[in-house]
Amino acid sequence: MPPDATLKRSEQRYIETDGQALPLRDRIGDWIFPPKGVERAPVDLSQRRVYILPTKAGLLFAMTLALMLVGSINYNLGLGYGLTFLLAGTGVVSMLHTWRNLAHLRLRPGKTEPVFAGDQARFIILAENRGRIARRSVAIRFGEHRPSYVDVDPVAETKAQVVIATQRRGVLRPGRFRIFATYPLGLFCAWANVELDLSCVVYPAPETGDVALPEVHAVSGPGDAIGIGEEDFAGLRNYHPGDSPRRIAWKTLARSDVFATKLFSGATGTQLWIDYADTPHSLGLEQRLSRMTRWVIDATQSGLRYGLRLPDREIDFGAGEAHQTQCLEALALYRSINRP
Amino acid sequence: MNQSAHLSFPNLLAILLSIVVVMAPHAPHVPKWTVAFCLIALLIRLYAGLERRPLPAKPLLFSFAAVAIGGVLFSFGSLFGRDSAITLLLAMTVLKLLEMRSQRDITVTVVLCYFLAITNFFYTQTIFTALYSIGAAWLITGTMVSLQHRARPAKFLQVMRMSGLLLAQAVPVMLVLFLLFPRIEGPLWGLPKIQNSGRTGLSDRMSPGSLSRLSLSDEIAFRADFETPPEDAKKLYWRGPVLWDYDGRNWAAGQRIPLSSFRYDSFAPNLKYSVTLEPHDQRWLYLVDLPSRLPQKSILTRDYQVVSFSPVRQRLRYSAESTPVYRAGTEALPAELQRALALPPDAAPRTRAMVRQWRGLGLSGMEIAQRVLSIYREQPFIYTLEPPPLPKDPVDQFLFETRRGFCEHFASSFAVMMRAAGVPTRVVTGYLGGEINPVDGYLVVRQSEAHAWNEIWTPDEGWVRVDPTAAVSPLRIERGLANAVPDTDPQPLFRRTQLKWLVELRYQWDAVTNAWNQWVLGYTLERQTRFLSTFGFSNVGWQDMIITLLIATGIILSAFALGMFMRLRSNKTDAVQRLWLHYCNVMAARGVVRKTSEGPKDFTQRVAKRFPGLRERVVRIGELYIDLRYGKADAPSEQSTPRMRELRTHIRALYLAASPAGKTS
Repeated sequence: MPPDATLKRSEQRYIETDGQALPLRDRIGDWIFPPKGVERAPVDLSQRRVYILPTKAGLLFAMTLALMLVGSINYNLGLGYGLTFLLAGTGVVSMLHTWRNLAHLRLRPGKTEPVFAGDQARFIILAENRGRIARRSVAIRFGEHRPSYVDVDPVAETKAQVVIATQRRGVLRPGRFRIFATYPLGLFCAWANVELDLSCVVYPAPETGDVALPEVHAVSGPGDAIGIGEEDFAGLRNYHPGDSPRRIAWKTLARSDVFATKLFSGATGTQLWIDYADTPHSLGLEQRLSRMTRWVIDATQSGLRYGLRLPDREIDFGAGEAHQTQCLEALALYRSINRP
Repeated sequence: MNQSAHLSFPNLLAILLSIVVVMAPHAPHVPKWTVAFCLIALLIRLYAGLERRPLPAKPLLFSFAAVAIGGVLFSFGSLFGRDSAITLLLAMTVLKLLEMRSQRDITVTVVLCYFLAITNFFYTQTIFTALYSIGAAWLITGTMVSLQHRARPAKFLQVMRMSGLLLAQAVPVMLVLFLLFPRIEGPLWGLPKIQNSGRTGLSDRMSPGSLSRLSLSDEIAFRADFETPPEDAKKLYWRGPVLWDYDGRNWAAGQRIPLSSFRYDSFAPNLKYSVTLEPHDQRWLYLVDLPSRLPQKSILTRDYQVVSFSPVRQRLRYSAESTPVYRAGTEALPAELQRALALPPDAAPRTRAMVRQWRGLGLSGMEIAQRVLSIYREQPFIYTLEPPPLPKDPVDQFLFETRRGFCEHFASSFAVMMRAAGVPTRVVTGYLGGEINPVDGYLVVRQSEAHAWNEIWTPDEGWVRVDPTAAVSPLRIERGLANAVPDTDPQPLFRRTQLKWLVELRYQWDAVTNAWNQWVLGYTLERQTRFLSTFGFSNVGWQDMIITLLIATGIILSAFALGMFMRLRSNKTDAVQRLWLHYCNVMAARGVVRKTSEGPKDFTQRVAKRFPGLRERVVRIGELYIDLRYGKADAPSEQSTPRMRELRTHIRALYLAASPAGKTS
């Protein structure tokens, strides 16, 4: 499926797997430093906030050095002492480098685009390096999710994108994350726990299969909205799941690897109500919202003017991107357990 | 999921290169099959990485391991012991490479490289080895850095610069640790017996040609520094093995009998000195004749040899005292004198026939010695490094036919003649001469200074030194070997004194090597104590050393941390940021509050839309801010200063324009 293809491509670009989760250390860390809620951005990782401990590789390195020292003593290897101590010095100095790799980074939340449930939410964290030393391989990890790595050049700001799979509609708050670094030698791990005001609106997953739009309730006046008609090409917008394959801008795809949907402005528009009451009661809340989501998308795509009726809310007729966003947001938040 | 995908090809290359660099010095002294084994394994891994092939399966790896273990057993007969352990370690490291799949495997392999680097020191510890090892450490550390580049692939120079920086910053810590880490007198466990390693040096046997062969070696036997400089250090006789037993061709030391105490008369002030002896796998130590105070862990034998408790397998530094002018041995045992007269019945018949006539003349031992020496002086004897072979009876053939010989020929024939004449005589081997290195003042004695002389016994004087070589070639004693032998004789290159600059260079290099030996390789408990006492710390316990060491390391690290801390926050950026925040406050006062998620561009647009009259100024502020803050970090400050000034002017103008408007009251 096309959307999956885009996802995979961007994943490769931003995320590299580590395979080394540190659940126990995290749990102990959370026990010692319980989460304190959202912090005011920008968050400066002052030296008091950055903790540092040896990694497993660091312990292995230390054990090897101990072995080398014993060998040097036993065989009276003057040069052996020298090399052992040089490496010990390197290890200790690398601790400082690991620490300074993280210290005084300044973090603030970036804008997160809404996604449909089941898709990957991409949280943006802006890391600013005000110093003159490059920060390398800075990792950001939410819970057990895969960390994503960024380099932050001197006196620059870099976007770190962390991808988290969504499951439920609503507002996804990833909560506290751990920012850590093991650069340059991987012998020590410096880390800090940060909670930024990050959230992602997760729309209900649109229902798949053949779903007919509800019957048109009212027709009034000529449609004047752009982007919903059939006749004149009006522009492009990002592909959404459920868009008709006929409307995919294949030329654009071939040119730039971006899935886009062609929009047309129609001379005549049709107006319709997408009403919660129109969905069969038997489906249950989530399924009903799912169907309504599909309707909203289909209606936008077909160039209809539509309004949305939920039991506690009504959105008047409208058309276009902004209107669709408003409607989808309402669907995402309606009686959601994940409220803002 | 195939986890080997973690390892990018450049990183794999870096690991392979590290392994090759640490293994290469082992190639000459491991069995040949090991070299082939390691090369094959490395090539397999390289191929697998290049072609993205899967790594060998478990059964294949097990058979590789079996081959390695079998090979070690075949070559050494045992898996234990230094050489077999190292061979096994090399083989297992390359096998680890073949099953390197997870991140952990990679870490283990790289750390193993560090360990392999140290195993090379069992075989050599020269300055070149040290430089090579630093290079290896640089490369391995670079590999570790490269493995940590996760966001973007590493660049070679970037990685090597980081690795070099880490090593350079580690140097102060290393020095502190090296000087202050409490030295423990090893070994912690029994050292393996090393078979005769074929080191050059004197042995306790002497046969015609053995010393002249040794004299071709330019290797250093020992170095000495004198607390009380002797009149002429080059004329000191350094006593080594004393040879008693003659079998018609070879001289041997025979049994050594310890001496608990003895009487001697000294006619000159004692010499105090320290010797740094190169390992020679033998137990005797070289001291100036006659030893009067022994080094630690050694005993004196009845023939005044100093014998160490254990063979000298490592460079050994000892201090001792000697009496250069002495009388000793007047109380010799009859059995000893008997031994000093023994000759095999069929040895040197012509010589004995010649000497036998002197017996009835009632001459003293010294008088007989003078007669023998006059034979050397008056007949055409030649002192040469290239004596002709003596296949028949060596003494007869030398005295009556060839008459060309080195010191062992003279000492041997002298002893035979003296014994035949009824004077107790023994052969003493050791070193005579050496040269003072003008750079550091050490006396350097080389194998080429090996010498043999005699001691005869008289009832009044005890054992008296007689050097028959001096009768033939006084120059040997006076001015050293190079001037005493014919120019046509082959000699070590450095012996040729014509090459002045070469000699000069050698002095320099010797001094460097000596300093290296004294301070790096020979930095033992004793040296450490002496070093600390030069700073006025005497009786420093190991606890004090550890505490000092930790404090010193802490100071060094704090200095580094401070330096890093200064560079973490740039003042220039802070100034720009302060101006921007001021601007935001000014705008907030006018009713446009910047949102936290709003970047400078968006904010500028919004302000410009709100106040079209200020558009030009506002846009310029936005440009300047973005440029100063996110522009080139390396831009020289002279260029950024005028822009800072311009930014400040614009913002002040806005601020002043806002104030009289009366919005803030």
